[in-house]
Amino acid sequence: MALTKADMAKNLFDELGLNKREAKELVEGFFEELRTALEEKEPIKLSGFGNFSLREKKQRPGRNPKTGEEVAISARRVVTFKPGQKLRMRVESYAGDIK
Amino acid sequence: MTRSELTEKLARKHQQLLYKDVELAVKSMLEQMSRTLSSGERIEIRGFGSFTLHRRVARVGRNPKTGEAVQLDEKYVPHFKPGKELRERVNAKK
Repeated sequence: MALTKADMAKNLFDELGLNKREAKELVEGFFEELRTALEEKEPIKLSGFGNFSLREKKQRPGRNPKTGEEVAISARRVVTFKPGQKLRMRVESYAGDIK
Repeated sequence: MTRSELTEKLARKHQQLLYKDVELAVKSMLEQMSRTLSSGERIEIRGFGSFTLHRRVARVGRNPKTGEAVQLDEKYVPHFKPGKELRERVNAKK
C-alpha cells in the first residue's frame, strides 16, 4: 500500500506524540512549503533524500495520440527530482518486486 | 531551500509547537518516505506528486577511467512524477 499524507500524519502522532490536528497540519505544511519554493523557482536540497529542481522546456512538436494530428507542445517549466546518494543506496539494495 | 530552511519556515507557521518538535517531524517525514521506497512501496501525495521505483535491468557497464568491463546487477531507482497542482503552480508565474 502506498504511503499517503494520512499515513504520515498517523506516524507523527504515534512517534512524536503530536496531536492529530497538529500532525495533519505539519504534513500538509511540509508539502506546501515544497510547492511554494518550487513555484518561486527555488531549488530544494534535502540531504539524504534528494534534490528537486526546475527545468525550462522549449516548445516542441507533438502529436495527439488519438487522432494522430500534429500539435505543438507549448514551452513549460517542469520539476525534476534527483534522488540523493543515501536514498539511491537504500533503494538499490531492495531485492523484491515492486509492490 | 535546504532542510533547515524548510524546518524554520514550518516552525514559523506553527508557533504553538517547539522548534525541536518541528525538526523531528521533518526528519521523520523524510525518513518515512525513504523507508517506504526502500521497501519497494510507492508514495502518493495528492497535489504534490508520486514517487515510485523504476527498474534498471542488469547490464555490462564500463569503468570510464580504465575501460574495464563490470557486471551491473538489476536495481531499482526512485522516480518522481509531479502532481497536477504542482505542475500548474510552477507554470503559473512566468
